[in-house]
Amino acid sequence: MDAMLRELSYAQAIQEAMAIAMEADERVFLMGEDIGVYGGAFQVTGDLVERFGADRVMDTPISELGGAGVAVGAAMTGLRPIFEFQFSDFATLALEQIVNQAAKMRFMLGGEVSVPLVMRFPAGSGTGAAAQHSQSLEAWLGHVPGLKVIQPATPYDAKGMLLAAIADPDPVMIFEHKLLYKMKGPVPEGYYTVPIGKADIRREGRDLTVVATSIMVHKALEAAQALEAEGIDIEVVDLRTVRPMDKRTIIDSVKKTSRLLCVYEAVKTLGVGAEVSAMIAESEAFDFLDAPIVRLGGAETPIPYNPELEKATVPQVPDIVAAARDLVKGVR
Amino acid sequence: MARKAVMEKAVSTNLPFAYRHYDAGQLKEVLRKMYLIRRFEEGAEDCYMRGLIHGTMHLSIGQEASAMGICMPLAEDDQITSTHRGHGHCIAKGAEVGKMFAEFFGKTTGYCKGRGGSMHIADVAKGNLGANGIVAGGIPIAVGAALSAKRLKTGKVVVSFFGDGANNEGAFHEALNMASIWKLPVVFVCENNGYGMSTSTDRSTAVRNIADRAAAYAMPGIIVNGNIFSDVAEASHAAVERARAGEGPTLIESKTYRYRGHSKSDRNRYRTKEEIEDWMSNRDPIALFEAELKEFGIIDGEGIEAVREVVRQEIAEAIEFAKASPSPDIRDLQDYVYTELA
Repeated sequence: MDAMLRELSYAQAIQEAMAIAMEADERVFLMGEDIGVYGGAFQVTGDLVERFGADRVMDTPISELGGAGVAVGAAMTGLRPIFEFQFSDFATLALEQIVNQAAKMRFMLGGEVSVPLVMRFPAGSGTGAAAQHSQSLEAWLGHVPGLKVIQPATPYDAKGMLLAAIADPDPVMIFEHKLLYKMKGPVPEGYYTVPIGKADIRREGRDLTVVATSIMVHKALEAAQALEAEGIDIEVVDLRTVRPMDKRTIIDSVKKTSRLLCVYEAVKTLGVGAEVSAMIAESEAFDFLDAPIVRLGGAETPIPYNPELEKATVPQVPDIVAAARDLVKGVR
Repeated sequence: MARKAVMEKAVSTNLPFAYRHYDAGQLKEVLRKMYLIRRFEEGAEDCYMRGLIHGTMHLSIGQEASAMGICMPLAEDDQITSTHRGHGHCIAKGAEVGKMFAEFFGKTTGYCKGRGGSMHIADVAKGNLGANGIVAGGIPIAVGAALSAKRLKTGKVVVSFFGDGANNEGAFHEALNMASIWKLPVVFVCENNGYGMSTSTDRSTAVRNIADRAAAYAMPGIIVNGNIFSDVAEASHAAVERARAGEGPTLIESKTYRYRGHSKSDRNRYRTKEEIEDWMSNRDPIALFEAELKEFGIIDGEGIEAVREVVRQEIAEAIEFAKASPSPDIRDLQDYVYTELA
């Protein structure tokens, strides 16, 4: 079978990346809650404990703060931990270690240490898990110099960006949308990396640039198909990395299309789309704009339990279609 | 056995630990470093008062025996994590005071190239993974370093210093639990100086002794008089040996006292002058150590004076080095945020 045609799920792609890294480097190990025999809450670590043993697929107590600190200390002293948060929401319990320690250690110590740490955050809504298990907090961590924050949207990128993160000497935070875990896509066998800090143009178009993150990339692509029937041709940019942001790709795209729509699941106010919008407003692309910049983000509410309410909280394909149509037709 | 040898053995076994375990040269070096810590902090305080150092600092004057006693059994590549009150730990682990002053002055020759200051002083080459501005922030990091030591089979032991205030942080409890279940080579050292900023341990902590917390994590909890060098060193030797032998962590509570306020903003309203004076005149760790050294014939008054003079010169030179060192270039502001890739 052609390696390029092989399909894996997003979760399998992550698992394969971790296995490759652990196979290649004794220092790489996994930490997290119930990642051993249980296989992780989303079965991302799966049966890796059988292959690598409990020392390298290490169940922690339910101690997010302490566990994150252990990972920071291990990373500073020669190991390369991959720390799984069971849900990204639980990062709130560990922010001290992430924000004050991991992100700043190298800087505070004048470059005397590096913190080669990877943290994985299952994120996002759509699973009926309600307000404390459904958030998208990437902008929180994206605000912190010293961290790198990525949101791979496809199985291919999930594997390649995770391998890049493991090889990176600095702390990399990976936000994985839970609804993507079962999505399948082509994933080459063996080692490859997808660079951190580089956006990807998923679909070329001339009328409008849509900068989307994570699961919204797929919704934007779906919207693009619907709009094509109306004669509207949109360009979909997959941001992939929140920090450091690939400004060039977005600026060049907006200069070409003269319109910008940002689509992201996190609460709209002060989210990633705000940063993209402001960046474009400050850039040479501003003079090329033919319409105001528009953001489609999550509602200003916690994620509700009721499935209809939950769906209404985050941008859906019809919302993207409507917003794009309005922008291109000059309604906005 | 000859009578003389029997007598000598009897005498030597009655001596406190440090005087059986260390030779005269080592003990004199301990005295020198205790003075170095004190004079360093007095010098830093003086520079601060004269406007040469900005920001704030947390002085450990009065706690010198604790820092020195704990670090005695540590090898150069053993590691420590430290606290906002960490100058003593840094010096005890082998740091050069010139580079420390340079850091306080914000100079490029400082340990953190002027990026960290007092609260983040570190000396990675000597195993000091850094002071920490977050109470209890360094405790899980020490456990992580101990995990590295165990996995990489380096034989290193890690000591985590923290204050009494940290024992009520969740990170303390989470870290001790993990160190115990994984039997990691780490020693937890709580320097209990009686107050977390202004709040006394009586008001903040449900148990009488912080060492009592050790029982909850199935590790030994040892209480020592933190102002008696020999007692601290004895407890540290036992804990470090236990850690190195793979038997797991120990919690040492070193009961001590800080003479100065919490930081430079402290008006000392939560304790009395009498209390401070009592500690200074009756339980000063350097005075107690000097009395023992004299009693056991290791040093005389003249010898002590010579040590003080050596330290005085070292501190004066260190401050001059710091003053004369270059400041960072503002164009280098972004340095060290991320690892520079070749």
